[in-house]
Amino acid sequence: MSSLRTASGGRIDRTKTLRFYFDGRSHTGVQGDTLASALLANGEYLLGRSFKYHRPRGVVAAGSDEPNAIVNLTRDAARSTPNVRATTIELYEGLHAESQNRFPSLQVDIGAINDLLSPLLPAGFYYKTFKWPASWWQRVYEPLIRAAAGLGRAPTLPDPDRYVGRWAHADVLVVGAGPAGLSAALAAADAGVRVVLADEQSEFGGSLLSEPTEMQTWLAEAIATLAANPRVTLLPRTTAFGYFAHNMAGLAERVTDHLANPPPHLPRERLWQIRVKQVVLATGALERPLVFPNNDRPGIMLAGAARTYLNRYGVLPGKRIVVATATDSAYRAALDLRAAGADVAVIADLREAPGEIADEARAAGIAVRTATSVVGAGGLQHVAWAALAPVAGGAPEAVPCDALLMSGGWTPAVHLFSQSRGKLRFDADASAYLPDVSAEHERSAGACRGVFGLAEAQGDGAAAGASAASGKPYTPSAATPNGGGWLGLMPNAPAKKAFIDFQNDVTAKDIKLAVREGMRSIEHIKRYTTTGMATDQGKTSNMNTLGVASGALDATIPQIGHTTFRMPYTPVTFGGLAGFSRGDLFEPIRMTPIHPWAAEAGAVFEDVGQWKRAHYFPKRGEDLHAAVARECLAVRASVGMFDASTLGKIEVVGPDAAEFLNRMYVNAWTKLGVGRCRYGILCREDGFVRDDGVVGRIAQDRFHVTTTTGGAAGVLNMMEDYLQTEWPELDVWLTSTTEQWAVIAIQGPKARAVIAPLVEGLDISREKFPHMAVAECTFAGVPARLFRVSFSGELGFEVNVPADYGRAVWEAIYAAGRPHNIVPYGTETMHVLRAEKGFIIVGQDTDGTATPDDAGVGWAVAKSKRDFVGKRSLARAAMTGPSRKQLVGLLTADPKTVLEEGAQLVDDPHQAVPMTLLGHVTSSYYSATLGHSIALAMLVNGRARIGQTVHVPMPNGAIAVRVVKPVFYDPEGARLDG
Amino acid sequence: MLLIACPYCGERPEIEFAYGGEAHIARPADPSAMSDEEWAAFLYARTNPKGTHAERWRHTNGCGRFFNAVRDTVTDFFVATYKTGEPRPDLTPRSVV
Ligand SMILES: [Zn+2]
Repeated sequence: MSSLRTASGGRIDRTKTLRFYFDGRSHTGVQGDTLASALLANGEYLLGRSFKYHRPRGVVAAGSDEPNAIVNLTRDAARSTPNVRATTIELYEGLHAESQNRFPSLQVDIGAINDLLSPLLPAGFYYKTFKWPASWWQRVYEPLIRAAAGLGRAPTLPDPDRYVGRWAHADVLVVGAGPAGLSAALAAADAGVRVVLADEQSEFGGSLLSEPTEMQTWLAEAIATLAANPRVTLLPRTTAFGYFAHNMAGLAERVTDHLANPPPHLPRERLWQIRVKQVVLATGALERPLVFPNNDRPGIMLAGAARTYLNRYGVLPGKRIVVATATDSAYRAALDLRAAGADVAVIADLREAPGEIADEARAAGIAVRTATSVVGAGGLQHVAWAALAPVAGGAPEAVPCDALLMSGGWTPAVHLFSQSRGKLRFDADASAYLPDVSAEHERSAGACRGVFGLAEAQGDGAAAGASAASGKPYTPSAATPNGGGWLGLMPNAPAKKAFIDFQNDVTAKDIKLAVREGMRSIEHIKRYTTTGMATDQGKTSNMNTLGVASGALDATIPQIGHTTFRMPYTPVTFGGLAGFSRGDLFEPIRMTPIHPWAAEAGAVFEDVGQWKRAHYFPKRGEDLHAAVARECLAVRASVGMFDASTLGKIEVVGPDAAEFLNRMYVNAWTKLGVGRCRYGILCREDGFVRDDGVVGRIAQDRFHVTTTTGGAAGVLNMMEDYLQTEWPELDVWLTSTTEQWAVIAIQGPKARAVIAPLVEGLDISREKFPHMAVAECTFAGVPARLFRVSFSGELGFEVNVPADYGRAVWEAIYAAGRPHNIVPYGTETMHVLRAEKGFIIVGQDTDGTATPDDAGVGWAVAKSKRDFVGKRSLARAAMTGPSRKQLVGLLTADPKTVLEEGAQLVDDPHQAVPMTLLGHVTSSYYSATLGHSIALAMLVNGRARIGQTVHVPMPNGAIAVRVVKPVFYDPEGARLDG
Repeated sequence: MLLIACPYCGERPEIEFAYGGEAHIARPADPSAMSDEEWAAFLYARTNPKGTHAERWRHTNGCGRFFNAVRDTVTDFFVATYKTGEPRPDLTPRSVV
C-alpha cells in the first residue's frame, strides 16, 4: 500500500517509529500519531463494519466525535477495551487493535448481506417484525437480536488496572484548551484565582493544533505561562464528561492509556470530582457531514478532519481530492492540501456566492463549482467518484477521486451547557442551537457559543475568563457568522442510503419514514430510528436529523426542539467511575471484636447489612443443618454463647429521658424501675412496627436502648428527628453506643453456673437478679452491664463490656463454660431458638404493614398513654378487625417438610389463578429440639383460624398446614429460670 | 451533587446530608383530637411546588443537626438554610449570574 505520509510538517516525531498491529497485520507509525492517522498513513481506509447493514466504514472525523472508526484495543486478555475511537487512541509501540462487527474478516463480511436486504430493514424494523407470534419473542427473536446486536466484546477477565479518584476545588474550571479556553485560563490566572484547565486531547491547543502556522507562537507561550503558574492545574487527556448541580464537574483523566509500558505506580485513570465557583465552557464546535447516498464510503471524511490529518499528523487523505461544502472552512482544507501537493480536483460549493475564499482557491488553481450539490458517491470498499449536480437541476456528473471531503458547517458543542440545565435557543443565522440562559455560574466562550474565527474566539475567551475570575456579570458579544452551512439531505440527493447516524446506520429515508408513520416529537423520532443513540451520542448527526425532520414535518427546527443532552460527553470506563470502590473497598465491612475468634474457630459468616456475623460454627464434616441442630440442642440441654455485639445500642440520657421514651415507644416507661428491663416496640407515625429491642433502665435518667442490628442508624435518626424538631424542650441526649459495647449472650440452663464465677459485685441468684433485670458489675475483671434477658426461652444473660475487652471476656466465658460443654452458636441457631418461642424478628416476620397487635406483641402497647408515635394511626378502624394479618404458627403434616419462607397461603389450593392470597410464611426452620419443622406466618384473621388448615401452593403441589399458636416450645415459660 | 450550607457548619457536599421531607409540618399537639381525615392530611399530604420549597435536611455525616432549607425545585439552588424552629424566610429565588 502506498504511503500517504507527507515528507515534512505536522506535530509528529518522524524519528520515532512505532510498530503496531491492526487485525494482526503489522504496520508502523510515528510518535504523535493516533491509531487513525497511522492507519490512514498506511493506506488503511477500511476500519470497521457498520452496526446494522455491515457496510464498510472508514475514518470520518479526527477527534472524539468519530462515529465510524471504532475498534477493540487489546493489551492482554484482561485489558481489552471495545468501542474505542481510533481517532483518539494515541499510538504506542506494540499497540494491538482489531476491527469490530465483522465475520469472518473485515474484507469479507457475511453480515454485509444485510446491506442488500436493507429495504427489509427500515426504521422501527424490530418493533414491527418481532411482535408476532408473542411466544417467539423469548425463544427466537430475542436471542437472535442479542447475538446480532452490539459492537465489540467486553473482556472476560477482571480488570487488573487501578483507578483512582480525586476531589478538588477551584475558583474557575475551563473546559477545552483551544484559543478560547486558553485565553480564558490566561485571563482568569492573571486575576490571581485558582484555575483548572482540562482538555480531552493529549496536547493543548484545540483547533490551533490543525493550523499549519497561525498563532503557533502564541499557543506555545500560552501553555508555558499557564504551566509556570502555581495556581493553575493543567489536565490534558482529561474529558469533562459530566456537568452536575452547583458547579460540580466530573472529569475523566486518562493517565497511562497512551503509554506502551505503563509504570506500575500510576493508575490507568483518575476521576476528578471538582467543585468550582465559575465554569468557562470552551468546548468548540463539531463539523457536520453532508447527507447524500453512500456518504459513508471509506475515503469520505470531514474537511476539517482532513485538515487535521494533514497539518497535525502529516497524512494526506488521498491523492485526488474532491471537496463538497456548504461553508468557507472546507476551502482551508483544500488550500492546505493543494499546498502539500495533493490534486484537488474540484470544490463543489452548495452556495451561489461563496465569497472571497473561493477567489483564493481559484487563484491557487482549484476549480470551484458554486450552487453545486453532492448527490452521491461510488466505489465498493473505498470512494472512487463523487456525483456532483447543479442545485438548479440537471444530470449529475461523476468526478473520480480517492478522497471526498465534506463540510455541512459547524455545530457548537453545547453538550455540557445543556447538561447543566442551561436553556438553548435556535439561532437561524448560525443554523445552530446556542447557549441562552445559564442555570449555573457558567459562561460559554468561543465556537461553542457560535463565536467562530481564531482571533474572535481568543477575545471571547479572554473576556469570559476575566469575568469568571471576578464573578461579575458578563455580557457576551454577539455570535460571529461562520460562512454558511447546511442541515439535512443535500438538494437533489435521494434519501436512500444517505446516512445521518453512521454508527447506528440511520439514513435520511429512515427519518422520513418515522415522520410518515406518525412520529412528531424529535424524542420519538430518535427512539424509533435510534438516531443519535450510539456510543457517539449523535455528535455528528443530531443537527442533520433535525434538518431532515424539519423538512418532512414542514416545521421549523425550533418547533421540533432538540433531544436532551446527557452525560457522559464521551464514554467513560466503568473502572473510572468505580475508582476505589471495588472488591473489599466496595462497601465498609463491620466486624465485631469477637470476629477474629469466630474466624479462628471456623465460623461461617453471613452478611447482615455491613456486618459480618458468624452464621454457624461447623465441626468437621458438618453442614449448616447438622451444625445448627447440634448448636440448638446444646443450648437447650446445657449452655451456648452468642456474639450479639452487632445489636444497635443507644444511650438515652437526661432528666426527660423517660418522658422521651414514653413518647417514642408504644410501651410505658415511667414506672420501669432502675435495674429493670422491658421489651420495647417502636412504631412509625403510621402505626406500623419500625423496630424492637430490650430497653434497660440504668439510672433514673439513663436508659440503655437496644435496637435491631439493621435498624440502629435509622432508629437513632428517627429519635434525633423527634427530639430536635418536635420536642426540643425535652432535656435528653442520644448517643450511639453500638460499637462501644461488645455483647455476649449466654443462654441455657447452665448459663448462671457458667458466669457466676466471673461476676463480681452483683448477686445473680434467681431471687436477686430475676428475669428482665439489669445491673452494672465487674465481669471477668472488666466493668460491665449485665442483662438477665432471653431470646431463646432459656435462662439467659447478655453481658455488655467495653468493646476492646470483648474478645478477652468471650474467651473467659468460653473457658468457664468448658466444664459445661458450652457451645458457641451463630445467627442461624439464634433464629431457630427464637422461632421455637415465637419471638418475632422485625423486618422478617413484619414487613412495614404490621401493627404491634398484628405481630402478636400488642400486649406491649400502653393503651393508657395519652400519646406516642403511631398511637393515633393505631386508632384507625382499618388497623383492627378480621381483615388484619396476624402472626400465627404453622405445622406441616410431614415433620420433615420445611416450608419455603415467602411462600403464600391460600384457603383452597384448587381455586383458579390468580388465587386469593391470605398471607405468607415469614420464618421457617427444622427444629431439632422438637423433632419437626416449624414456621411462623402472617395470616389474614390468623388468630381466629387457629386449628384450621390452610394450604401453601408450591410448584410440585400444595402443602396442607395446620394453623397453631406461634409458640412451639415451653409455652408456659418454665425454662426462663433455668 | 448539591452544595448545601448547614447553618451550623457551613457549605458541605450533599453526600454528607440526608433529605427529611417538607418542612414546617408540626406534629399535632393532641393527635387523638384529630379526625381520620385531618390525621391523614398531616401524615401524607405534602405540597409539590414548582419553585421554592421549604424542606428539612439533616447533616447526618456532619454535626447531626436537622435544619430547614428553601430550595428552588426548578434550579435546585438553595435560597436559604436556617435553623429548626425559625420561621420560613420570605425570599424569592436567587438568579444565577
Ligand atoms: Zn452541620
